[in-house]
Amino acid sequence: MLSIDRSIIDAIIAHARRDHPDEACGVVAGPVGSDKPARHIPMDNAARSMTFYEFDSMEQLRVWREMDDLDEEPVVIYHSHTATEAYPSRTDVSFAGEPGAHYLLVSTREPESEEIRSYRIVDGVVTEEPVRIVEPTVDPHAVQSYMFGQSPTTVDYECSPGR
Amino acid sequence: MAIEVRIPTILRTYTGGAKSVEGAGDTLSALLTDLDSKYSGLRGRLITEQGGLHRFVNIYVNDEDVRFLGSLDAKLNDGDNVTILPAVAGGAFGFAAAAALLGRSTAPVS
Repeated sequence: MLSIDRSIIDAIIAHARRDHPDEACGVVAGPVGSDKPARHIPMDNAARSMTFYEFDSMEQLRVWREMDDLDEEPVVIYHSHTATEAYPSRTDVSFAGEPGAHYLLVSTREPESEEIRSYRIVDGVVTEEPVRIVEPTVDPHAVQSYMFGQSPTTVDYECSPGR
Repeated sequence: MAIEVRIPTILRTYTGGAKSVEGAGDTLSALLTDLDSKYSGLRGRLITEQGGLHRFVNIYVNDEDVRFLGSLDAKLNDGDNVTILPAVAGGAFGFAAAAALLGRSTAPVS
């Protein structure tokens, strides 16, 4: 199963929508061995194609080195299919070279909704897995500012001088 | 002549799990032959049957993609760092069509 934060999924969907109808691609890095996607890295699609994606080899070297330096690994490798379902094509399977990664596919063929699915691809064998989207524990829309005389823990009804 | 070679996860089965190994050779081709003598089968994962560099891998000498350095003929010097990464590519298109479109088939690159 892939567990991934809502904020990262939202960023991936935004990237896929931005590049639509071209395919978008990128990585979510996480600490080695943690299986926890933590750092979203959108990558250029060097192919700039509606039906193919390819990391730019120099950008990939830079990003992979950076992950190495931070003791990270590619936990998620994602790309979008812009006119077909979110299922790995034969091309995806031929190229899949990170046996430890979750291959996340986003389909943007429907304008109003996205299909998000995840796969393991090891030795040419595709296995779909569930995706659990972890909602934020702190509501980002919750009240972040306070009225005069209030603090997060107290309300001073008197507004007494000296406080 | 020692050259450090960084091995990606998917190929570490050939190196007993080692992330990085040492090899020797004055060209990339010679280096891969040297590595294959110690880590049997490694070369076959990088080179096609036709003798070209495989489409599914990127190989870098220091900070350069070897495709811009003459591919297998890329010159190596003592102390160079060679990095092997799996190419990340794919997409909805059929593979043969995609390869043809890119003009870089699985056939030799050189």
